[in-house]
Amino acid sequence: MESSVSRRKFLRLSSLAGAGLALGFYFPAAAKAATIINGTDAAALGVELNSWIFIDPSGKVTLMCHRAEMGQGVYQSLAQIIAEELEVNLDEVNIQFAKGDKKYGNQVTGGSSTVSGSYKNLLKLGATAREMLIAAAAAKWSVPASECYAEGGKVIHKPTGNKYHYGELAEAASKLEAPKEVKLKPVSEYKLVRKPLPRQDLKMKTNGTAVFGLDFEVPGMLYAQVERSPRWHGVVKSFNEAEVLQVPGVKKVVKVKMSVHDKYREGLAVVADNLWSAMKGRKALKVVWDDSGFEHVNSADILKRQEEALKTKQGISAKKQGDPDAVLAKATKKLDLIYQTPYQAHAAMEPLNCVAHYHGDKIEIWGPIQAPDWVQDHISKQMNVPREKVIVNMTFLGGGFGRKAFTDYPHEAVLISKEIGAPVQVVWSREDDMTQGPFRPGVSYRCEAALTNGAIDAVRIKMAGQDLSNWMRPDKKSANWGTTEGFADPYFKTIQNISFTDIPFETPIPPLWWRSVYASTNGFAYESFMDELALAAGKDPMAFRRQYLDDERMHKLIDKLVEVSGWNTRKKKGGYGVAIVESFGSTVGQVVKVSKPAGGKLKVDKVWAVIDCGWYVNPDTIRAQVEGAIVMALGAATQHAMTFKDGKAELTNFHNYPVTRISETPPIEVHIMDNDANAGGVGEPGLPPLAPALANAIFDLTGKRIRKLPINLATV
Amino acid sequence: MAVIQFTLNGKAQSIDVDPEMPLLWAIRNTVGLKGTKYGCGMAMCGACTVHFNGQPTRSCSLPMSAVAGSSITTIEGISEDTTHAVQRAWIEEQVAQCGYCQSGQIMSAVALLKNNPNPSDADIDAAMAGNICRCGTYPRIRSAIKKAAQLTASAAK
Repeated sequence: MESSVSRRKFLRLSSLAGAGLALGFYFPAAAKAATIINGTDAAALGVELNSWIFIDPSGKVTLMCHRAEMGQGVYQSLAQIIAEELEVNLDEVNIQFAKGDKKYGNQVTGGSSTVSGSYKNLLKLGATAREMLIAAAAAKWSVPASECYAEGGKVIHKPTGNKYHYGELAEAASKLEAPKEVKLKPVSEYKLVRKPLPRQDLKMKTNGTAVFGLDFEVPGMLYAQVERSPRWHGVVKSFNEAEVLQVPGVKKVVKVKMSVHDKYREGLAVVADNLWSAMKGRKALKVVWDDSGFEHVNSADILKRQEEALKTKQGISAKKQGDPDAVLAKATKKLDLIYQTPYQAHAAMEPLNCVAHYHGDKIEIWGPIQAPDWVQDHISKQMNVPREKVIVNMTFLGGGFGRKAFTDYPHEAVLISKEIGAPVQVVWSREDDMTQGPFRPGVSYRCEAALTNGAIDAVRIKMAGQDLSNWMRPDKKSANWGTTEGFADPYFKTIQNISFTDIPFETPIPPLWWRSVYASTNGFAYESFMDELALAAGKDPMAFRRQYLDDERMHKLIDKLVEVSGWNTRKKKGGYGVAIVESFGSTVGQVVKVSKPAGGKLKVDKVWAVIDCGWYVNPDTIRAQVEGAIVMALGAATQHAMTFKDGKAELTNFHNYPVTRISETPPIEVHIMDNDANAGGVGEPGLPPLAPALANAIFDLTGKRIRKLPINLATV
Repeated sequence: MAVIQFTLNGKAQSIDVDPEMPLLWAIRNTVGLKGTKYGCGMAMCGACTVHFNGQPTRSCSLPMSAVAGSSITTIEGISEDTTHAVQRAWIEEQVAQCGYCQSGQIMSAVALLKNNPNPSDADIDAAMAGNICRCGTYPRIRSAIKKAAQLTASAAK
């Protein structure tokens, strides 16, 4: 079923290729569900991947990229996979973004799922097309297909050396029955996959021609800047409309209520014929907000309440094996520790923006969008327009990190376009982007364990934080999906008595996933705790992990990490820390080395990373993703944390929310494990190990244990 | 509004704009060159870096009134076909990820190499610390700047 392409679903499209004939393939859902954002709910998001190949009469091949390109390199890797089995040269294919469309299956670009969730189908899709092109050539020559092979966009008849290029065969091939089974290459025969091929999108990202959401324009487009309630649930009491309308270029001031989770956020959109006028108009705007009827939160209170909840509340069991409660009740040697992580803003370099045109019976959207299918679903419901009439067009994304998989900002743009009767681009300022959220929630953990003779008898973990998937769940009563994310699977084989409990926790702050989702906070707590357990057990932290991560792939990864970091020959108390986190089907181990010059600030000297993501496409892209994840994680671990005061986000821009700069970036060395296991994720798994490895390194150097992020390197 | 004359990528420009408008928005929305990016609006991130009379400058914080009579170079002006040594090095080292900040990074790097053809790591960190990249391409920016220095040096031989 998985490998067959039925005649019914074998579509021919001519619109994209213009005069040329297009060859299209439509694949049914994969047998294995993709790892999606929450890791558990693939079925709810519809069918898995399918993709498209187009060949015009000149032989030009166009491959569709049905997922968002936000830096992680899928614009390259999806094409690299298809081209491998299709037998075309990658530098000769044209890559295009697909629109949001059910025929592409799940287009939500999150959970590091793009390659891992689609590569098996993409390989078959390429191979199926190749076999049909070969069959078409064989029929033209009246020779057996077994005498023909494909290479470089051509079919070649081996005995005679005759050739047809794909453009000469596409039409005939498209009329053939698709083969039920196709033979895929062994890894050893790959020409494109596993090669560090240069990315096709980098030239346009080096000369300023790549089109991001903010660069997009449609004729007649107006511009809007929106003053949204600084406290998320505030409503407009009054405002000075007349004054704002006097600003040259300003056309209108429109009240807008965008949906955020199951609530609405109110704002006033200043619409003008150019962006600068909209910005000036907004500056002239004075709004009185009604902020009654909801809590005005403070960061310090959140942490205190979480800690109290961890000590007093029962919570909901998320996972349990053995009887940790009984073991802990009798234990003589126990650890009982609290770890805390802060809220974070996404702060992608391209602030949020969206172009929308409401036509009444149809809605067009253009922008930096991570989940075009979710935007279609959401806008269709909110605006009462059929889903297929919501046209979502993708641009390049100037970073996403999960924020651009949310549907609030396209909804707001559509509402404004409807109100003014024209296409509009809504441009969020950096301050809007940073203060409005939704935010990665800060989470507190209580980690308890019982030890006897250097061995773990039981582990009990409780987690209190806003569940960033709560709004997606109908019951809101089951445990948080993410309590065990980031906790490597093999630990469950070696720790007989273990439980994970979710302590539900709410605030008015809208929460959302952030790069590496739950593992971004869990990883810090769990791998810091593992280090403390190792020390309590009197074991080397690396050896302790090897003992408890009793798994062949884990052991190979640990061997590599030991080798590249020089772990076994390191200086004792020399400032080395390790952490190993499994997330999105991949495992990343990191060793961090720190030092502290006398009287100076603590410095991160180097980071070594080893990733095991199974079958992989482009080693250079993987290295880039792990490097980047480490740089981002370093900022979150040592510099920035979103704080709230009196119900408002306190930090507004890069002057008070400082992110990692080049001068703070240590040398980073990334190694990739070579195996053919099922592909795991790449964009996110490099992030979670950095913070715990750093905290563990600081302990190694200074004896000071840090259980709360961010770490102030100046005062350690 | 005021008519402001300046040189943009070697060509004379004359545009009628609010003199308070930052150069960034004049380049992007009035002239229509979209390679220069908006990141923070307060000269903290460097995404909008252009050359103002040869000096790397944050165009989000430079009012058009200050631009009159000056010479501005944007990413579109450093080469016609992506062949500037810095651009070639950027591609060889596969620097960009999302790419949004890279116009600004490249403009800062071009200015650095003009003044310092053989920069050390410390020189690079000092010259590039004003340019934020949230994808974390910094290690590759360092190697690309060194590669560009080599390319320039070998071309001069």
